Amino acid sequence: MPTGRLAVWWIIASEIVIFGGLLASYVMYRLAHDAFAEQAAHTNTWIGAFNTFVLLTSSLSAVLAHQAADAGDGPKAARLLQYTMGGGLIFITVKAFEWTSEIQHGFTIASNTFWSFYYTAAGIHAAHVIAGVVIMGFVANTARRNLELQRVELIGLYWHFVDIVWIFLFPLLYIAK
Amino acid sequence: MFTGMALAIVGGFFSYVFRMQMAFPGMNVPGWGLVTPADYNMLVTNHGAIMIFWVAMPVLIAAFGNYLIPLMIGADDMVFPKINRLSYQIFLLSAVVLFVSFFVDGGGSAGAWTMYPPLMSKDEYSLTGTGSSVFLVAIALEFVAFLLGGINFVTTAMNARAPGMRYQDIPIVVWMIVIATVVFMASVGPLVAGAIMMLFDQQLGTAFFDPNRGGDPILWQHLFWFFGHPEVYVVLLPATGITAEIITVFSRKKLFAYMTVVNTAIATGILSFLVWAHHQFVAGIDPRMANIFTVTTLIISIPVAEMMFVYIATLYGGSITLATPMLWALGFIFTFLIGGVTGIFLGASGADIYLHDTYFVLAHFHYTFFPIAIIGAFAGITFWFPKMFGRHMNETLGKIHFWGTFFGFNELFIPLFITGVLGDHRRIFDYSNFPELTTPMMDGMRQFATISLIVMLGFQLVFLYNFLTSLVWGRKAEKNPWLANTLEWTTDSPPPHGNWPELPTVYRGPYEYSVPDRKDDFWPQNVPS
Ligand code: HEM
Ligand SMILES: [Cu+2]
Repeated sequence: MPTGRLAVWWIIASEIVIFGGLLASYVMYRLAHDAFAEQAAHTNTWIGAFNTFVLLTSSLSAVLAHQAADAGDGPKAARLLQYTMGGGLIFITVKAFEWTSEIQHGFTIASNTFWSFYYTAAGIHAAHVIAGVVIMGFVANTARRNLELQRVELIGLYWHFVDIVWIFLFPLLYIAK
Repeated sequence: MFTGMALAIVGGFFSYVFRMQMAFPGMNVPGWGLVTPADYNMLVTNHGAIMIFWVAMPVLIAAFGNYLIPLMIGADDMVFPKINRLSYQIFLLSAVVLFVSFFVDGGGSAGAWTMYPPLMSKDEYSLTGTGSSVFLVAIALEFVAFLLGGINFVTTAMNARAPGMRYQDIPIVVWMIVIATVVFMASVGPLVAGAIMMLFDQQLGTAFFDPNRGGDPILWQHLFWFFGHPEVYVVLLPATGITAEIITVFSRKKLFAYMTVVNTAIATGILSFLVWAHHQFVAGIDPRMANIFTVTTLIISIPVAEMMFVYIATLYGGSITLATPMLWALGFIFTFLIGGVTGIFLGASGADIYLHDTYFVLAHFHYTFFPIAIIGAFAGITFWFPKMFGRHMNETLGKIHFWGTFFGFNELFIPLFITGVLGDHRRIFDYSNFPELTTPMMDGMRQFATISLIVMLGFQLVFLYNFLTSLVWGRKAEKNPWLANTLEWTTDSPPPHGNWPELPTVYRGPYEYSVPDRKDDFWPQNVPS
């Protein structure tokens, strides 16, 4: 396996255990406290679903960018990566509105354990989205000049990982009521 | 490595201060002053944390890993030199943040190195405020540094080996460092998550560990020990690897069952994830759970014992040279065996319920950690010093240092096993409040232990002197002073930039010593048949 890809897989492996620890704790609490269901009812499933859709679509353009990079078309790969970044930005913006409204309704991170988990897990995930968008900006920038095209694949791998984490978070935080 | 040594001095100094308080309660400790209970908690907390996170890991894994992996697998450098540098810088930053934590409002963290809530999460209990949060940030930075460095280690060992080097030709210490790194990467996640949760509990008022609002302090214990127990093997494995290298070189024998040891190490790494709850035998876990964890804990002592016996089998019938590195390697086996045997007592939940949190536990884990972190590091430093700096250390001073440390250490901790069984509890500031624990005999043992500590610390000056003078005036070292087989000994001492003018090719395994019908009793990996 090429060294870069190997390294990204190792990064992903160590990230998985971080989210794994957090989510396993959440699941244990969730099983022990029925009150979580009641609290989870206050989350907005539609917004969550919309964001899931946005993120999945952005992963698609990351895949297409990888294809373009494989074909040696740097500018096209860069353009597709920009769509992915756009998806990430929409995700964050929506999240910001969602959180603002929840906080206005009095559900803050200190309200109770459910909301502590809700903001912590989604917050760490959002931090990964932001980091991904920033790094993707750099990658797109070099790819446009047909340089370091293998990086398009690497950032894509990372982005799929961020996506998959959300696929776990969405049902756990929004749907399992 | 130098950073690690500097921090070892801080950690050592802390232990001196609180042992003085143990032995002579209420005395003005030279170099510190009067130890208050808050000071005491701060000192033990940071002693433990520094020794494990800022001494054992950086020296055994980061320093030796960085130095040895490329040299022993025949690569010109790590595959990502930039990540390497970044990892070191973050590590340095973490050490700075740790020092900041001593000086902020409320002083350094005092929630013990295990950071159990509520001591750690509530100011009212630990009496420290911001310090605990800064401490957590330092720990988090340190983990980030290790994750970055670890990715580099594993990728390098997988992808940058010299032509001809198969997996079964990789020297054992490289194997051990890589396995340890993988175990670290797989175990640290839950603690990172836990540290974030704890930080939020402290600063944002979340309720993860607050039972009044639906949280659970025991969750922290699970998250901590899911990491913490594997962590003891993370530092153990590199030290056993160093020991193995030294033992085969100085007994001129093939390492007994080399690939078996590697597989055992992998098995130990996996098993180490299945025993964490033996730290919770008294935390109110279900007795059926306790039984399961008793069994897994006893099972894990099998591979560990096996490794030690493999080393002894290697020694058997060899032509042994007692050079300083070899003394350290033998000292490792001796002390570590005591640590392992006492672990079996603790692994049985029934015995542990009595012994938990006594000085018996404390002596147990020092008998495991000391060989690992201190003896392992000295073994490695004295063995590779000629390669690292192109000069020899002084053998006589080396031996004086070894014997002083070895006796000092045993005299320090054997009495503590005894006071532990007799009832001395950990983390008690002043025993004079407990008349039944202040018999002349127990007081005497505590004082004896403390004096042994001071003697042992004193002998470290011999090492420092030897290290520094040898750097400048030591006898010039040849390429391969110990007549060893592994690749690092085939380049100049110290290795030039890029390690070799031309990368070596590997023809055989690393431990072909005393092969019959050969003129030399060693057979370097890069010499064609
Ligand atoms: C031979 C196998 C071993 C067994 C069966 C074993 C068993 C145990 C048990 C059951 C405890 C919990 C005691 C209590 O808190 O009441 C314990 C504590 C501890 N062990 Fe071991 N152990 C073994 C090897 C090791 C090794 C190799 C290390 C270090 C590298 C180690 C380091 C520790 C530490 C640091 C603690 C105490 C942590 C604390 O409470 O601060 N042990 N051991
Ligand atoms: Cu353990």
